[in-house]
Order: sequence, then structure tokens, then C-alpha cells
Amino acid sequence: MVALTKRYGEKVAVDHLTCAVRPGVVTGFLGPNGAGKSTTMRLILGLDRPTSGRVTVDGRRYDRIREPLKDMGALLEARGAHGGRSAFHHLLALAQSNGVPTRRVHEVLETVGLTAVSGKKVKSFSLGMSQRLGIAVALLGDPRILMFDEPVNGLDPEGIHWVRTLMQSLAAEGRTVFVSSHLMSEMALTAGHLVVIGQGRLLADLPMEEFIRRHSRSYVRLRSPEVERLLDVLHTAGIAVARAPDGALEVAEGDAARLGELAAAHRLVLHELSPQRASLEEAFMRLTARSVEYHSHPGQPGGPAEAARDGAAWGADWKPRKGR
Amino acid sequence: MPAVQVMRSVQVMRSEWTKVRTVASTVWTLSVAAVVTVALGMLISYLSRRDFASMSAEEQLTFDPTFISFAGTSLGQLAMIVFGVLVVSNEYSTGMIRTSLAAVPQRGTFLFGKIAVAAGLSLAVGMVTSFAAFFLGQAVLGPYRAHIGDPGVLRAVFGGGLYMTLIAVFSMGVAAMLRGPLLSLGILMPFFFLISNILGNVSATKKVGRYLPDQAGNRILRVSPLLDPTPYGPWGGLGIMVLWVLAALAGGFLLLKRRDA
Ligand SMILES: Nc1ncnc2c1ncn2[C@@H]1O[C@H](COP(=O)(O)OP(=O)(O)OP(=O)(O)O)[C@@H](O)[C@H]1O
Ligand SMILES: [Mg+2]
Repeated sequence: MVALTKRYGEKVAVDHLTCAVRPGVVTGFLGPNGAGKSTTMRLILGLDRPTSGRVTVDGRRYDRIREPLKDMGALLEARGAHGGRSAFHHLLALAQSNGVPTRRVHEVLETVGLTAVSGKKVKSFSLGMSQRLGIAVALLGDPRILMFDEPVNGLDPEGIHWVRTLMQSLAAEGRTVFVSSHLMSEMALTAGHLVVIGQGRLLADLPMEEFIRRHSRSYVRLRSPEVERLLDVLHTAGIAVARAPDGALEVAEGDAARLGELAAAHRLVLHELSPQRASLEEAFMRLTARSVEYHSHPGQPGGPAEAARDGAAWGADWKPRKGR
Repeated sequence: MPAVQVMRSVQVMRSEWTKVRTVASTVWTLSVAAVVTVALGMLISYLSRRDFASMSAEEQLTFDPTFISFAGTSLGQLAMIVFGVLVVSNEYSTGMIRTSLAAVPQRGTFLFGKIAVAAGLSLAVGMVTSFAAFFLGQAVLGPYRAHIGDPGVLRAVFGGGLYMTLIAVFSMGVAAMLRGPLLSLGILMPFFFLISNILGNVSATKKVGRYLPDQAGNRILRVSPLLDPTPYGPWGGLGIMVLWVLAALAGGFLLLKRRDA
């Protein structure tokens, strides 16, 4: 995608988005509600027309591909099937439209575990079953590129595990897998690469490992009635410290045992001495905080005190990748 | 058309055939269209036969047994409209349209493949209905019946099948423009059932009413000289209807092409 932009009236849903998705790794597409993930995916498929910019699949516009299901399969957000048709006929019609043999319909039904109910009308399906049918559609043409919009939506734990494994095995086969989610924890388990957007703008495009390395740092929280003296002691010992909004002190990458001994040596009273680990979820929330559109409650999401400093560093760190 | 383009259209039509034959609405709309057209035609034929003796001399002179047996078309065509609307707007009301366009992003190929298949099916059903309505209606008319070999009769019966098909295709074009089934039916039903009748029966608007798709297309069902002559002949009337259909299809195609799905 290059400078991809989509406006619905006044509302800018996708704003000059530029990035490339590579094969062989699961790319997580992350953003809070309303960030523009689903819109981006519809733009990729040519379902919605970009206001400006362009997006290509293997260098071609999607609507120029003759049998697109063989190149790229997609699971979209909303249910996309006629409720009165059986799962088998739904898949059969789509297979025929792309010259995919009927044998393949049976295969994908087997893969997603819907063989037993393939003759049932789609409207009788639960959310999870519909989701599986959508995944079957994506897999139908055995494509090298797969795109899933919140695939674990409505799935039970077994189903979630199945989707994770499926995506990883698809990527391991050298395919391009592009998966959206608004749960960082989910992506941490599956994705090897991350693209984060907020309010339609690119916020980050980097390997998962790097995200973790940067963000899941540990720190030690200290609280004491004698804060000033504690600060002096830490300062003298050459330990960098930050103040949390609630008055506690935080020592990044600190060693709780050593800090405790240090306090004891200076006969300092401590009310709290606790090692903490900032979760990836917190890191994600900090990253997108400024662009979150629909706060469930006012106020910044929590996190270590250096959040602001760390967040600012982001802008400098990531660079938009050149598209194809 | 290049060979690949033809192959693509064949794929799309096979797919659309699977789609149309695997939903219940196809079966019930088309059977209602056939049954209502034939049954109502037989009923009106029966009533006409009974009342023939009491008709005025002029009425007897212009009595058109072929047209009488097609009297059920006025009601039966409503089921054809429902069929035409549902074939297209089901895609929108179910969200299937996104899946369909992801599989066939060439929107013209998609729309015309779908319409070609549905039109073919309408034609088959329309022809069977038209011939059945004619022969059963004539059987009921008894002594006043027309014969298939009489001048203009075969044309009218054949035209009846074409008329039903064109009504369905017109509805598909309108539904492609409006998308939603309720909106499409809410516009088409009153249009054909009320507005067209009112315009056609009030003398001030009659001249305009004659050019509406159903009234113009209707002309092909008449055999005997009209009480009320039209400025076009049977094929001319059908031609006018075809123009309406082409306009609806062009509108549907242009909107589908431009719009976000
Ligand atoms: N067809 C449309 N017309 C008008 N506005 C739209 C349309 N589709 C999306 N939007 C707006 O564009 C923005 C992005 O929506 P989008 O569905 O792409 O977000 P998302 O990242 O998929 O969110 P979620 O996590 O909730 O699925 C939203 O503010 C939404 O209201
Ligand atoms: Mg979404």
C-alpha cells in the first residue's frame, strides 16, 4: 500500500497508510476499535475504492486478478453468506467462480471441521461456525496470500488455538498471512511482525521481537514514607529512578533484592518493594493512546512512569517502509 | 471478446447457476408466478365464456381469446418482479456481495453473469407459463377459443414468455441500483400495480402511460385489432420495454461499478 487514504464524507478512516506485508511470517495488523483495519482490508480487496493512494497484491490491483481466490483468500469482518444456502453450496459457488475443483470444497470443509454440517443452512450456524466457514472460503483457492479480519472473533478456546496454529503453519509454508486484531496479547502469540495503526495512521511497523524487546521491560516499584531520603540514597548509589503519578518510585530493570538491601543499610522504611513487568498490552495501549477514538472511560491507560518519554521515542524510531 | 474473457464469464455463470438453484426463494417465486398466471388466466377465461352472450356487439367483435387467457399475467408478473429483485438484492441483504466481489472483482462480469443466468431461468419458466396459460385458457374458453395457428397467436404466446422475462430482468436492474430488497420491492410493486394502471386508465395521462415498460410490453399479448390502438405495434411495444430494461441494467451497472460494496 502506498499513501492509501479512504474518506467517508468528512471522516478519514485510513490516512496515508504506507506499508508492505511480506511472506513467510504472520503479520499482525493492530489498532483500537475504529482504527481503520477493516477499511484497509476492504480497500485491499477493491471492495471500497480508495480516495487516494493505491494498494496492490503482488504488484497488481486486486480487480485485475483473473482468479483472485487462487492468489489471495480473505476472511472479512461481517458475515458474508446467504443464510438460506448450505455451507457446501456456498463454497461450491465460490469455487466454480474461480475454477477451483469441487474436491477442494470437501478438503476445506474438512480442514475447518464443518464436514458434518456442510449440508446445513448457513443461518443455523453459530458465530464460531460462521467464522470457520469464512476461513474455509479464504483457504478455498489454496492462495499464497491470506488475510483475516479478527479471525478469533466468536471462537471458543479450542477454536482460538486452532486458528493460531493454522496461521502459523500457513506462514511456515511460506505464505503471506495478514491478520487484524485489537488484542496485543493475541498477536504476541501468533505474529512475527507488527503493523500498528491508530485513527487510520501508521504508528509502527516492526518485527514482533523488537516490539517485545522494547516494551516488555521490567521495573521495581518502591514506596516509602521518606521519599526524599530514598531518592538521595538511590541517587548516591547511581540508580536512575522515575516518579509514578501516585507518588511511588520506579526503577527500570531494577533488582528488588539489591534495592531492599540498600534501603535496609540506610535504615529506610519501605511500604512497597515490588518487581513489575509492563505487559505488551500496556505497551500497545500507550502507543495508541493518543489516537484512540472511543475511550471506554476517560484518562490515560496505566503503565510505568516513563510512558510519556518512551512514547515520544516511538515517533523517531519507526520509519514507514517503502511499498511495492 | 477474447477467449479468457469468455472462459471467465462461463465460470461466473456456473457459479451464479449454483447460487440461484440453491436458495428456496427461487423455487417459490417462480412457481407462484407460473401458477398464478395460469390459474388466473383460466378463471378469467371461464368468466368470459360464461358472459360472452351478454356482451355488446362491439365487445364481441374485439373479443381477444388469446389476450383473455393471459389475464393472469397482471398478477403473476408480481412474482416475477419478486424473483428478479431477490436474485440481486439477496446479495446485499445477506452480506454475500462482499464475498462475491472478492471472488469476482470484475464487477461487470459478475453482474451480467448473474443477470444472464437469472434471465435464462426466467425465460424458461416464462415460456412454459405462457404456453400453459394459452392452451389451458383456450380449453376453458371452449367455443370462443383461438388456435395457435391463427394469425398473430403464436407471436402473442411467444411474446408472453418474453414479457415475463423482461419484467424480471427490469427488476434485476432496478434492484442493482437500489440494493435493498424492501426498497426495490417498495418501488416496483406500486409502480406496476398502481401507478402504471392509474396512468394508463386516466385519459389525460394515457399517452404517457402507454410508454411505461409493462404497458408497452403488454401490446405483444394482444392479437385482435385494438379497441384502443397504440402508436406502436406488438414488436414496437416490446422494443420500448427492452429500452427500459437496458436503461435499468445500465443504471445498475454504473452504480455497482462506482460504489463501495
Ligand atoms: N462505510 C462506511 N461509511 C462511513 N464510515 C465508515 C464506513 N466504514 C468505516 N467507517 C468509519 O471508518 C472508521 C474505521 O472503521 P473500521 O471498521 O475500518 O475500523 P476497525 O479498525 O476495523 O475497527 P474494529 O476494531 O472495531 O473492527 C470508523 O470510524 C468507522 O466509523
Ligand atoms: Mg474491524
